Amino acid sequence: MDIKVIRPGMLTTIQDLGRHGISGTGVTEGGAMDKFALVLANLLVGNAPNKPALEITLTGPELEFSSDALIAITGAEIDGFEHAQPIKVYAGDRLDLPVITRGCRAYLAVAGGLNVAPVLNGAGTDLRAKLGGFQGRALRAGDVLSANVVSRETHGRWKLSPTLLPAYSASPEVRVLPGSEVDEFAEIFWKTEFEISTQSDRMGYRLKGRQLKRKSSRELISSAAIPGTVQVPPEGNPIVLMADAQTLGGYPRIAHVAQIDMPLLAQLRAGDHVSFRRIELEEAQTLASQRMRDLNLLVMGLQDKLR
Amino acid sequence: MLLQPMGDTAVVVGFGNVIGATTLEKVRAATIALEANPPVGTLDIVPAFTTITVVYDPTLRGGYTAFQARLLACLKTVKRLRRGMVTTLTIPVCYGGEFGPDLGLVAQGAKLSERAAIASHTRPKYIVGAVGFAPGFPYLAGLPLKLHTPRRSNPRLKVPAGSVGIGGKQTGVYPQVSPGGWHLIGRTPLKLFNAEEVYPSLLKTGDQVQFKAITAEEFAAWT
Repeated sequence: MDIKVIRPGMLTTIQDLGRHGISGTGVTEGGAMDKFALVLANLLVGNAPNKPALEITLTGPELEFSSDALIAITGAEIDGFEHAQPIKVYAGDRLDLPVITRGCRAYLAVAGGLNVAPVLNGAGTDLRAKLGGFQGRALRAGDVLSANVVSRETHGRWKLSPTLLPAYSASPEVRVLPGSEVDEFAEIFWKTEFEISTQSDRMGYRLKGRQLKRKSSRELISSAAIPGTVQVPPEGNPIVLMADAQTLGGYPRIAHVAQIDMPLLAQLRAGDHVSFRRIELEEAQTLASQRMRDLNLLVMGLQDKLR
Repeated sequence: MLLQPMGDTAVVVGFGNVIGATTLEKVRAATIALEANPPVGTLDIVPAFTTITVVYDPTLRGGYTAFQARLLACLKTVKRLRRGMVTTLTIPVCYGGEFGPDLGLVAQGAKLSERAAIASHTRPKYIVGAVGFAPGFPYLAGLPLKLHTPRRSNPRLKVPAGSVGIGGKQTGVYPQVSPGGWHLIGRTPLKLFNAEEVYPSLLKTGDQVQFKAITAEEFAAWT
């Protein structure tokens, strides 16, 4: 089946759950910014959780389907389209996705998954290294994506329990763990509501609100940086590293975002706000495990609803 | 050796705070052991200068406590490095001219002729301290003191692929076209990163590197 891109939207890329096993070579983890939403979109059309899907940023694309298909849209909400529900589209349909009104990134999965040749263990688009996804770049008008054809239908009337979704908000409180240099900064970090600046992208969000002064001038040796690391460069405005984070960093680390709350950050746009709350490692990992269990239960629950 | 959690998905194994051959040998030896027998749940192993960061699945039973125990058990199996466990690679470089527009400046800073600066750069055996910044980019430790040159105040927007640079105390090679603030002293015809390969980077942390000067004709004829 072909999916033709009539209009690409602002930044539409193919993403999956990212690349693992080669961070030591400098290749970014990448993958969907909101990995929960990508998994959910896949599960809602009966796919395995890691199938490549579209990540849509702020303005939606217009897509033409050559065959009947079952799709699902998750993450950011798109007016006129059911959120987190399987949607039937028909051969020749043009799906015209408008501007995103709530959140920042929507995920569109197709039953059967997009057909993408993996590069370095992943199908996701690495925009900086120009590899993976569709020719290593964002979609353009005229591109034709290939998707596997499966005939799958949704049966009965059902709706996803909203309690399963992360508490998406334009001013979330994000749970973090302390970073190795947390004691070199004043407590003010924990009491500040930061704004997401316009210098924010898939690599990282630059925050503004309070400039954080480091008490120490100890030189740090660069070490691995990962998505979720909150680092503070000398000018004092913290940066939260996101999916396309560089693999090494030498700035002091004040905190690390708990895995469970990365989706909340992924849905923020410039001008939105965020504050941070410290939790313990055990709690963070319990929350991550609970979400995994919820998703496993969902897979079982969906078995007789998607055939 | 010190273990410290990094967020809820990683552990940092620390080997002190001195960058040098002794530390990098320890890092290399431990990386070999971890890669040969990764603890259950391991997603990524990232060695760099004085640390190895191990990224793991936070949802596995027992969480950090259990993973840390598995990691420690694996680190007990680390063997001393033997000959042949460290790769030494010779990187051919055509120095100066259009390939190394900053060679003159670096030589001037070192109070050396360009020829002597090249000789100084090709003499040491460097050790790869880390691979990162860009895919396949090696940070090489062991640059002679004389050649230390502060980074450019205005970074170039487009550094050509293969460019050999000096930034502060380190030297390195840009595997692909990218922005960069290091002084460019030459260019290699070798490909340092190839996404088609299973292991895409030519160099690994802990490898040894020696540079060899080649002529523009040899550069052009390189395949």
